Amino acid sequence: MEFFERFAIPHPSPAIYASMVAIGLTVIAIIAGLTYFKKWGYLWREWLTTVDHKRIGIMYLISALLMLFRGGADAIMMRAQLSMPENKLLDAQHYNEIFTTHGVVMIMFMAMPFIMALMNFVVPLQIGARDVAFPRLNALSFWLFFMGAMLFNISFVIGGSPDAGWTSYFPLAGTEFSESVGTNYYMIALQIAGIGTLATGINFMTTILKMRAPGMTLMKMPMFTWSAFITNIIIVFAFPVLTVALAMGTLDRLFASNFFTTNNGGMDMLWANLFWVWGHPEVYILVLPAFGIYSEIISTFARRNLYGYKSMVASMVIISLLSFLVWVHHFFTMGQGAFVNSIFSITTMAIAVPTGVKIFNWLFTLWKGKIVITTPMLYSLLFIPLFTIGGVTGVMLGMSAADYQYHNTMFLVAHFHLVIIPGVVFAMLAGLTYYWPKMFGFMLNERLGKLSAWIISISTLVAFIPMFFSGLDGQARRMYTYSEQAGFTMWNMISFVGAAGLAIGFALIVYNIYYSIRYAPRDIGSDPWDARSLEWATHSPVPEYNFAIVPNVDSTEAFWDAKKKGHKLFKGELEKIHMPNNSPIPFIMSSIFFVWGFSFVFAMWIPLIIATIGIFGCMAYQSFEKDHGRYISVEEIKETEEKLGGPTV
Amino acid sequence: MKELFPIKQVMGFIFSLVLTAVALAVYFFDMSFTAGMTILLVTAFIQAGLQLVMFMHAGESEDKAHIYTNVYYGIFIAIVTILGTLLTMVWGYV
Repeated sequence: MEFFERFAIPHPSPAIYASMVAIGLTVIAIIAGLTYFKKWGYLWREWLTTVDHKRIGIMYLISALLMLFRGGADAIMMRAQLSMPENKLLDAQHYNEIFTTHGVVMIMFMAMPFIMALMNFVVPLQIGARDVAFPRLNALSFWLFFMGAMLFNISFVIGGSPDAGWTSYFPLAGTEFSESVGTNYYMIALQIAGIGTLATGINFMTTILKMRAPGMTLMKMPMFTWSAFITNIIIVFAFPVLTVALAMGTLDRLFASNFFTTNNGGMDMLWANLFWVWGHPEVYILVLPAFGIYSEIISTFARRNLYGYKSMVASMVIISLLSFLVWVHHFFTMGQGAFVNSIFSITTMAIAVPTGVKIFNWLFTLWKGKIVITTPMLYSLLFIPLFTIGGVTGVMLGMSAADYQYHNTMFLVAHFHLVIIPGVVFAMLAGLTYYWPKMFGFMLNERLGKLSAWIISISTLVAFIPMFFSGLDGQARRMYTYSEQAGFTMWNMISFVGAAGLAIGFALIVYNIYYSIRYAPRDIGSDPWDARSLEWATHSPVPEYNFAIVPNVDSTEAFWDAKKKGHKLFKGELEKIHMPNNSPIPFIMSSIFFVWGFSFVFAMWIPLIIATIGIFGCMAYQSFEKDHGRYISVEEIKETEEKLGGPTV
Repeated sequence: MKELFPIKQVMGFIFSLVLTAVALAVYFFDMSFTAGMTILLVTAFIQAGLQLVMFMHAGESEDKAHIYTNVYYGIFIAIVTILGTLLTMVWGYV
């Protein structure tokens, strides 16, 4: 029995026990369902072992949506707790755990996989490739992310959630003040997911540099591919910092080293420093692909080519450099002198310039365009004013002297939510709606889609604008309750109403998916939006080889040229196509990584050693395996093309 | 025969052995921390550059420009991170 005591939750509540039961029942239901419908083989062959970038993209998408609802549930609980003074819904410890998991889940396990989903699905299609450069590594990336996310998510029912904030600042996150295994979960789950992300970065850099269709020079790539390229460069240079910081934190917590302790020569603030050296580029890792999505959507539905292509590219390159020069603005109040703060204030202001260039390019694209208001376009148009509120308050926070007033208040919380929600979440919802027909062969209902866009936009304002005021009045973030005399009651109540509105908006999206699966017409062709780039030049849903003949490109909008200017996209004859084989290794290796992480969290050394051997065993097996892929014959291609309705252009 | 002998690689190999020996000297000879650290840093960076260019063939393929751009970008970010951290945590800390 003693062995099992370590898995007990240090701070239980009826809600957590209810979650345990719910998780147990869900697992049983899934296993029973798969067995009853005899879907185990299908699941294994078509999904768990797949190396197809489109299927991996869809799995990223499903994970991101699941995590959106987990993080959303956390958010609703927080807003409900704060809606009234002296509320007893959550106690201090639960509140700490919930704001921590909300932050980590939303950034690392919702926003990241969402951009990965769209990058995986869209980039190879946009550059006319058959798959990514390293398909098996791509599967490994996904499964490492997935296992990291699952490891993080079981923390609240086994051993206790992390509770030191999503930034996990030391010394609070050290063993002295965080005794439970919660912060171990944080360190190790992020480590596993981070390795996956780093591998994706390398994979997509190589894909974009080496696998473009003939004629597509770098300056003829669609804007989303450019943004993905820059993003992956930032990933490759920023994530190693997180890896190292997490490794040092893990050593501190499990092996009593002294990197971030307050004595024995440790430096607790170094964690904050390293965290934000990664953390600020991370902001651009999230927002640049979102900007890429907006560029695609705005140019498609303004029926014009994107204004200022070269300046768009240049501004992203400049952002990628500047994003590494501003990290200190996250801790202006830590004690460094005015000189240091001034330097980082100036670099922070400087990054507003290339961002402004992008905003103006979108506005000039809209100027004299024939604007068609569809759901993706509606999100893109609503993004501009909402993001501006978040951006302008960001400039306020960027002034280091003024930041002493705003630091760690709800003002900051309002700012970054009004940046991330319009900047990233709207883009992902717009991208989801925009690429849905390409992924699944039918469209989401437009009326429901527009309704949810409006509900989400208005609720975002209702939920977060009040925080600016309560923050200026002195309400600190991460405070689990307040007294009535503090005068925050009204603002927090309005905020709660907004949060409820957001919940309704997202529920409506789920209903829309259900409704569209049942009722949406399936005969929409391959180009329902009258779009401009290569991904729309193949069938929907996309055949596994993407393009029967590799497209031939001579402008940024090859498909548009093919439709309107008689450009010949597909030259030559059908040939047999070389494709990679499926492999169980990524899934098996990542599952072992899950065991590895779990053993590490609880400092169970023997299972840890066995799992480590297992991981190296998988790598060795992979190294000696002779797999040259397979060929799809011309007859098979003809048959598939026939079934999907013949040539598209 | 002369054309077949990889003289460049052999010289590079000898040079990297020399660099290793120089770095090892820090352990065997008594010197100040600053002097030792300087020797280690200088030999380490020359060694890394030598490995990258000579034995990992950085400059020999058509991707030369991509590879060197990436390397310079990485060096830039590493320098900014290290100097920025020192500036924030040590030099500019009051």
